Amino acid sequence: MIRDLTAKLASIAIMMFARALTAARAIWHETGLPPRQSIYFANHSSHGDFVLIWAVLPPWLRERARPVAGAEYWLKSKLSAFIGRDVFDAVLIERDPAARTQDPVEQMATVLGDGSSLIVFPEGTRNQTEARLLPFKSGLYHLACKRPDVALVPVWINNLNRVMPKGEFVPIPLICTVTFGEPMRLKAHETKDEFIARAETALLSLAPSTMEDHA
Amino acid sequence: MSAASLDMLKLLLGVGGILVLASSIGYVLKQRLSPDGSNGAIENLNARIKAWWAMVVLIAIAFVAGRVGVLLLFAFCSFAALREFITLINTRRGDHWAIAAAFFVVLPINYFLLWAEQYGIYSIFVPVYAFLLMPIVAVMRGDTRDFLLRISEVQWALMICVFCASHVPALLTLQIPGYEGRNVLLIAFLVIVVQSSDVLQYVWGKLFGRTKIAPSLSPSKTVEGFVGGVASATLIGASLWWITPFTPAQAALMSFIITMMGFFGGLVMSAIKRDRGVKDWGHLIEGHGGLIDRLDSVVFSAPIFFHLTRYWWSLT
Repeated sequence: MIRDLTAKLASIAIMMFARALTAARAIWHETGLPPRQSIYFANHSSHGDFVLIWAVLPPWLRERARPVAGAEYWLKSKLSAFIGRDVFDAVLIERDPAARTQDPVEQMATVLGDGSSLIVFPEGTRNQTEARLLPFKSGLYHLACKRPDVALVPVWINNLNRVMPKGEFVPIPLICTVTFGEPMRLKAHETKDEFIARAETALLSLAPSTMEDHA
Repeated sequence: MSAASLDMLKLLLGVGGILVLASSIGYVLKQRLSPDGSNGAIENLNARIKAWWAMVVLIAIAFVAGRVGVLLLFAFCSFAALREFITLINTRRGDHWAIAAAFFVVLPINYFLLWAEQYGIYSIFVPVYAFLLMPIVAVMRGDTRDFLLRISEVQWALMICVFCASHVPALLTLQIPGYEGRNVLLIAFLVIVVQSSDVLQYVWGKLFGRTKIAPSLSPSKTVEGFVGGVASATLIGASLWWITPFTPAQAALMSFIITMMGFFGGLVMSAIKRDRGVKDWGHLIEGHGGLIDRLDSVVFSAPIFFHLTRYWWSLT
């Protein structure tokens, strides 16, 4: 009870902080808001990525959106476990194939079965390189095979990597945008490589090409 | 009620009346020409009028809250403007500390010194101390690529968004004989003259604009708009002499200088936007773009207005 209340307050505080820092703004696809249940897949460059997606989603979409995150990172300390589990209700997956007892795709499909949405980062890790996007892992394809009825929504997070680059602990306030693309689904007879390539292209097409979209 | 608050009330009623008139005109135009919201110009006009209401209400609340209210309002404006500015400039990993210091050290100290009315240190804190501190902090990281460029951009951001913008609330620190307790009206004077000049240049330009004044910088600015806007805003400023320590002629001259600085400030800030390839500084204010889009003319006129007033009228 007290734990729930603390978690609720902490989530509001974290979201307000993220908004005050970045003036985060959602840019929706011309088709409007994404479907109620979706798999949001986004570029990953900062620990704050899913917070920002969370912060710009309208409440009725946010309340069912659960981030998918690495268990070994979020279970490291009591505080991070509290933030990961209680505050953000993250779906914690074991990334190391040797150590895991549960199949991550199975885990995610079960959560989708409960009616939740997922926020996933198909690059698998934070992108610290000069490349705009790292090659996707295949999990997104396997998930799409398991739940072909759920729409996949590409989400491009812009500028958050400049707010808090790796190794820094003081964030700097910069304006961030979160761009939602057109929902996509697995096509009949689409191969894994075709689907992954299509998903990567869909996400990259949302990235700003010039300074024009910087703000 | 003191004479100062009576004047403030008169001013507020005047501004409120103009906004009521503007809202009514906007409403009629929408009903007649754009009932389905399809006319972009009218939708933008109405968004702007709505944002004006919000801005006037915010400024009025700050005035009522007194010195601390005004300082907090402008400290927030500086913060939001600095965030817009730094979002658009070239930064590298090596600038992280310098930029963090700009936000969390330089900005608060600048406003603290204003609160403490320490003019001697306030007036040189950003141009001297921060000017030297920024490159020192950045050089610690050892990244020399584009060093001068990166440092100048952060320094410019601080000068424009923190130092220049804070000269609006700095008007509160002036001590003008016979004008005690009325300094907040000087802020009202500056803001009304600058903003009415912006609006009137737009209106004159829309009505009679033929000759583009600086096509490579701002395609919408015309000679007719410029002349009409500056002349009419100067008249408005002159007619507001009763809220200032100036005579009507002095108020007119001050207004003229303010509007000229505002006009060229707008051009300079627009040149920066062009260079960066953006149309607006941000999206904070609906219909206006970012905060700097609204503040550009104020930041250029405020320091000059402050120092002219200080040199000739103030004891401090």
